[in-house]
Amino acid sequence: MIGRRRFIATGMSGLLLGGCDRLNNNAQFRGVLRSAEKLTMATQRLISPRDALAREFGEADLSPIFRSNGTAMPGTPEYAKHLAENFANWRLAVDGLVAKPLSIPIQTLRSLPRRTQITRHDCVEGWSAVGKWHGVQLSRILNAAGLSTRARYIVFHCADRFGDKPYYESIDLVDAFHPQTILAWGMNGHLLPVRNGAPLRLRVERQLGYKHAKYIQRIAAVASLAGIYGGKGGYWEDNADYEWYAGI
Amino acid sequence: MDQAMPVDEPVEEEPPPAPLPRRVAYRHRLPTRLWHWINALTVFVMLMSGLMIFNAHPRLYWGRFGANFDQPWLHFKGRPMPGWATIPSTYNLAAARRWHLAFAWLLVAGLVLFLITSLINRHAQRDLAPTRDEVRPSHILEDIRDHARLHFPTGDAALRYNILQKLSYVGVIFVLLPLMILTGLTMSPAMDAAWPWLVELFGGRQSARSIHFICAALLLAFIIVHLVMVLLAGPINEIGSMITGRFRVPPDQPEGSSP
Repeated sequence: MIGRRRFIATGMSGLLLGGCDRLNNNAQFRGVLRSAEKLTMATQRLISPRDALAREFGEADLSPIFRSNGTAMPGTPEYAKHLAENFANWRLAVDGLVAKPLSIPIQTLRSLPRRTQITRHDCVEGWSAVGKWHGVQLSRILNAAGLSTRARYIVFHCADRFGDKPYYESIDLVDAFHPQTILAWGMNGHLLPVRNGAPLRLRVERQLGYKHAKYIQRIAAVASLAGIYGGKGGYWEDNADYEWYAGI
Repeated sequence: MDQAMPVDEPVEEEPPPAPLPRRVAYRHRLPTRLWHWINALTVFVMLMSGLMIFNAHPRLYWGRFGANFDQPWLHFKGRPMPGWATIPSTYNLAAARRWHLAFAWLLVAGLVLFLITSLINRHAQRDLAPTRDEVRPSHILEDIRDHARLHFPTGDAALRYNILQKLSYVGVIFVLLPLMILTGLTMSPAMDAAWPWLVELFGGRQSARSIHFICAALLLAFIIVHLVMVLLAGPINEIGSMITGRFRVPPDQPEGSSP
C-alpha cells in the first residue's frame, strides 16, 4: 500500500514537474504568464499617487556595508582611462526626442541643486540594503533638454558590458519625473565608488535594483523601446526575460 | 461520550431506524469545491516557484535591510532547493518570478471571492466558526485523542468539521493566506511607496520576507497533514466529495464497539 502510494506520488510529481517545465518552454503559456506584468503594473499605478514617495530613512538605518551587484568594474579600456583621470572628462549625453540635445560634464551635474535621499535598495534576488544617495533630479535634466511630446521612455546607456553586450535600462515618464528619481553621483557622503556605478547612476526608488542603471554615459528620450538592442527595454529584460516593470 | 447531535445539518433523508450503509449527503457546496481545486493548483505553483525564488538568495533576515554582509537568522549555502521542488526545475529566477507573480493573482482573486461568498452564504459563520462548546479544552483534547487513535467521525458528525479541522481551516483561510499575500506585497518597492503602512506593519521588508517564508512553511505543513488525513479517512470518498459535493456517510458504529 505504501509502495503504491509512493509510486503514485512519484509519478504525479514527475508529471507535474515535467509538465511545468514543458509549459515554461511553451511560448503561448509564457505569453499568458507575461500578461500578469501588465496587470500588476496597471494595478500598482492605479493605487499609487503619481508622486508617492519611497520611505526615506535616517543615518542610523544605513546598511553597514552596501552590497554591490552586477558589474563591479567595467572592463573596457575607455572606462579604465576615465577612472585613471578620476572621471574629469566624463560627460552625460542627453539626446533623442529632445528640443536641445545636451552634453553635460560630470562636474556640472555635481554642482546642480542636489537631492539627498536615504532609501532602501531592493534586489530582484531578495536582499535589501539601505544607502544614502546624492544627485540631481532627472526631471531637471529632462526639462533642460526640452522633452518632445512624442517621448514616452527614457533609455539609459551604460559603460559596462556583459560579454559583448552593453548594459542599458529604461523607464517611462511617470518614473522619470518622480521626485526621487535622481542621477546620483554620490553615495553615503562620498563620490560614488566604482562598484556602485561611478561616476553616475540612476536611482528609481519604486523599482527593483536592476532598473538602477550604473555607469551612465547617455540618456535618450524615445517613443518606443522596439529597435533598441533586444527591444525589451533593458539588458536583463532582453537576455533573461526579467520584467520591464520591476515594481514588485 | 457522544456529543449532542446538531439539529441544522443538511440531512437529506429522515433518520432510519437502522443506519443505512450508503446514505449520501451533500457536504461541500460549489464555491468551496471550486476554490479548493483552484487552490490545489495555485498553492503548489506558488510554493514551488517561491522555492526557486528563495534559491536566488537563500538567507533570511529581520528588519529593514539584509544582504550578504548582514546577519541572517537562516542561511543556506548554494542553491538549497532541489529541482524536483521548484518551478522551473533548473535555476531560473526570472521564470520563477513570472510564474509566482502571475499565479499570485489567482490566489488573491480566489481568496477574496471565497471570503465574500462564504460570508454571504454564511458558510464561514455556520461551518467554519468554532462554537463556544467546541473550544473547551476538554473537547479539544477529546478531539486530539480521537485523531491520534484514527477514530474518524461517523454518521452526522462526519458531515461537520470537527474542532481541529475548524481551527486549521480558519487559521489557513483567515490568517496564513492573508499573511502570505500581505507580506508578499510588502516586498514590492512600489507597494511600499503606495501603502507605507504595509512595511511598517511587518517591521521592515526583510522581516516581511522572513514571515512570508515562515507562512509558506506552515502552509506546506498544513497541506501535508491535510493529505495524510484524506488518505487515512478514505481518499475515494473524501476526494469524490470535493469533486461532486456528495459524501457517502460512514454509518454510526453499533453500541458497545467504542467503549
